[in-house]
Amino acid sequence: MPILEHPAYPPATLLCLESLVPCRESQVSMLLSIFGERQQLSFPSIFIYGHTSSGKTYVMKTLLNTLQLPHVFVNCVECFTSRLLLEEILIQLQNGSETKQASPVPCDTFNDFVRLFKQALVSQNLQDQTVYVVLDRAEQLREMEANVLPAFLRLQELTDRNVTVILLSEIVWEMFRPNTGCFEPFILYFPDYSIGHLQKILSQNHPPEYSADFYSAYINILLGVFYMVCRDLKELQHLAALNFSKYCEPVVRREAKERDTRKLWKNIEPHLKKAMQTVYLREISSSQWERLQCEEEPGQIKGLSAHTHVELPYYSKFLLIAAYLASYNPVRTDKRFFLKHHGKIKKTNFMKKHEKTSNHLLGPKPFPLDRLLAILYSIVDNRVAPTANIFSQITSLVTLQLLSVVGNNDQLDGPRYKCTVSLDFIRAIARTVNFDIIKYLYDFL
Amino acid sequence: MYFCLYHRHLLELLKQTAVHGESNSALIIGPRGSGKTALLNRALKDLREMKQVKENLLEVHLNGLLQTNDKVALKEITRQLHLENVVGDKVFGSFAENLVFLLEALRKGDRTSSCPVLFVLDEFDLFVHHKNQTLLYNLFDISQSAQTPVTVIGLTCRQDILELLEKRVKSRFSHRRIYLMNSFAFKQYLRIFKEQLSLPAAFPDKIFAQKWNSNIQLLSEDKTVQDVLQNLFHYSKDLRSLHFLLMLALSNVTVRHPLITASDLQEASKQYRMDSKANIVHGLTVLEICLIIAMKHLNEVYEGEPFNFQMVYNEFQKFIQRKAHCMYNFEKPVVMKAFEHLLQLELVKPIERPSVRSQREYLLMELLLDNNQIMDALQAYPNCPTDVKQWAASSLSWL
Repeated sequence: MPILEHPAYPPATLLCLESLVPCRESQVSMLLSIFGERQQLSFPSIFIYGHTSSGKTYVMKTLLNTLQLPHVFVNCVECFTSRLLLEEILIQLQNGSETKQASPVPCDTFNDFVRLFKQALVSQNLQDQTVYVVLDRAEQLREMEANVLPAFLRLQELTDRNVTVILLSEIVWEMFRPNTGCFEPFILYFPDYSIGHLQKILSQNHPPEYSADFYSAYINILLGVFYMVCRDLKELQHLAALNFSKYCEPVVRREAKERDTRKLWKNIEPHLKKAMQTVYLREISSSQWERLQCEEEPGQIKGLSAHTHVELPYYSKFLLIAAYLASYNPVRTDKRFFLKHHGKIKKTNFMKKHEKTSNHLLGPKPFPLDRLLAILYSIVDNRVAPTANIFSQITSLVTLQLLSVVGNNDQLDGPRYKCTVSLDFIRAIARTVNFDIIKYLYDFL
Repeated sequence: MYFCLYHRHLLELLKQTAVHGESNSALIIGPRGSGKTALLNRALKDLREMKQVKENLLEVHLNGLLQTNDKVALKEITRQLHLENVVGDKVFGSFAENLVFLLEALRKGDRTSSCPVLFVLDEFDLFVHHKNQTLLYNLFDISQSAQTPVTVIGLTCRQDILELLEKRVKSRFSHRRIYLMNSFAFKQYLRIFKEQLSLPAAFPDKIFAQKWNSNIQLLSEDKTVQDVLQNLFHYSKDLRSLHFLLMLALSNVTVRHPLITASDLQEASKQYRMDSKANIVHGLTVLEICLIIAMKHLNEVYEGEPFNFQMVYNEFQKFIQRKAHCMYNFEKPVVMKAFEHLLQLELVKPIERPSVRSQREYLLMELLLDNNQIMDALQAYPNCPTDVKQWAASSLSWL
């Protein structure tokens, strides 16, 4: 029984529409009833919000295209200034039925836009139908001039024409509302897909060579691994497409039959776990991943983060270690760590209670150059002369963004730095020079 | 309608200018959706139908959202008075000169009387922010000097509009204000509800119209419907919210379901009052929910001080190591990606702007959800693992 019904549109079109938007029938029927018939006035503005990949853009596009309603579709991230946005809307309106590109109409202010919009409607013969202006990623409208968002919400009133503005966004309406208020749009929520819905939609893409059940079992496994971490339909579709060939491998090589779920699971599970660390995080590109799958032996996957492990010269490593110690140890503890004859430091009650003040949670602190050099001299065994070589190595560390400069260049008491590497990184470096850094860190006392 | 008194008042004011040639200025002040534009349009419609006014009145409609500075406003005035040709390429020394020129050009042939001009300034409070309030100063100035009969009507939602005017502008304003305060009681609200939903006598299908209208009458006496309306009335009195509610209820009307029922209205009310943030939390992954609970605990222990990703990750690790049996210990980059998704959804917001110099893990943030919202959302979250629920409910983070 068809779910979508509307007297204004032929039932065949509605049936076609229904098949294109699985799991979104109630939202589409709500939109249909708000739109009404072609010539009827609709709400001046509609705000649709929902999670990433909950089908807002897709459903809107499909609905407007299938029912062939006159519309303009603009992405606010693409047109990030008001001028680009307004000109894009006018261009799309003029393009309407013609195939050739219309010349861009200069449109600086919203005032001109209103005038040109009315002219464009007349020239395209659209005065008797509702024209829909859809603004995707509408949260970018907040970054433009202050009058853009309220003006769009009232476009129907300002132009005195049959136009409806639809805003699509992930962010809730409360974060959009201007200070003095505005014309409140009709707010519609697109609920997120449940695991059942995701299963249904993902299973629709099954390749024709294999049965639907086989593919559903695969989707089941995929969701089992990834659902806790990712419910984004687009990402899951991407992962499903990338890993399916690996899943089919045992069947292709005749090692297992389609129904041997345990064997297939054992084959694919480590693979999916690896995918979570690499492709999901975009550490390696999809083409690298596919190439990896074709190789017989598991080769070394060099992800993006691996490139941060540069090979540093000997003194640079010690400079970096000294910088890390300077950033994460409080100044008063230097005496204890780096002098031959030192007293004990008592961890006071205050410190014990406020574990939050562990420097590893708060982040690196800035330190002056002198302190860095002092620590460096005490941790390197042989004597190091303060040559220009050492100073230039400090500068190259700053260029590599392993250190960062804090404050202005023209400070009188010398430059201050901060160490911006993680604990794992510095431990790897320290290991290469046989230096036990944990012994020297205050937080691990 | 309930604002007949204001309507008469405004109409009198406009008649003074249009018929008798006096200059005036007034402000219509009222919160959003209280009917300011509706009132003005009604008065203008009646004015235009008057015999004496028929051809005599010139209208200029300006809107603070469209005319964002005085230059644009002046061009718009020129355009609406159809004086572009007259102005041509002339260059004026000041705004005042230009405006005076425009108004001079409107004088009729015998130069003794001039066409009265009505200036309507919508979103009046936005004009106040223009440089030196030049447009307002000049308009009010002209309305005080007796050359051209001019009426300036401003519509604004700000109650403190007079304090925003500069002294010289304020002194030229006649201080005539009309306040539209939505000051009706619930009984009247109920009557408005009935009126809005009833079909007019001109409706083609008379039998259906009668069935419909009697259904509406029944609904307005129904206790559940009155409760729904009372709820809305306590939240917001303006008619726009009522329209949204009715629109939501009406969207259920189909050929198979031709009359609205009380349950339609209840459904609509529930939908209207949904907590949007709770909806967003409903769609988060389990990992993201865990991060939110970690942030909630941090907020409780450290009394709302801002936190960074490293601290949240630390809390999460403590949970994984001690209590979780169903949560896999995800790697740090995966947890970072989940955290960045929360940032993208604006559930967590950084306190300062992120710069290239500082590392992402140490940027201080705050959580934009409060405890009740989190706990309610967790109740509604589908298939929430019990460990996670228990961790959320526990108020001491080291248990």
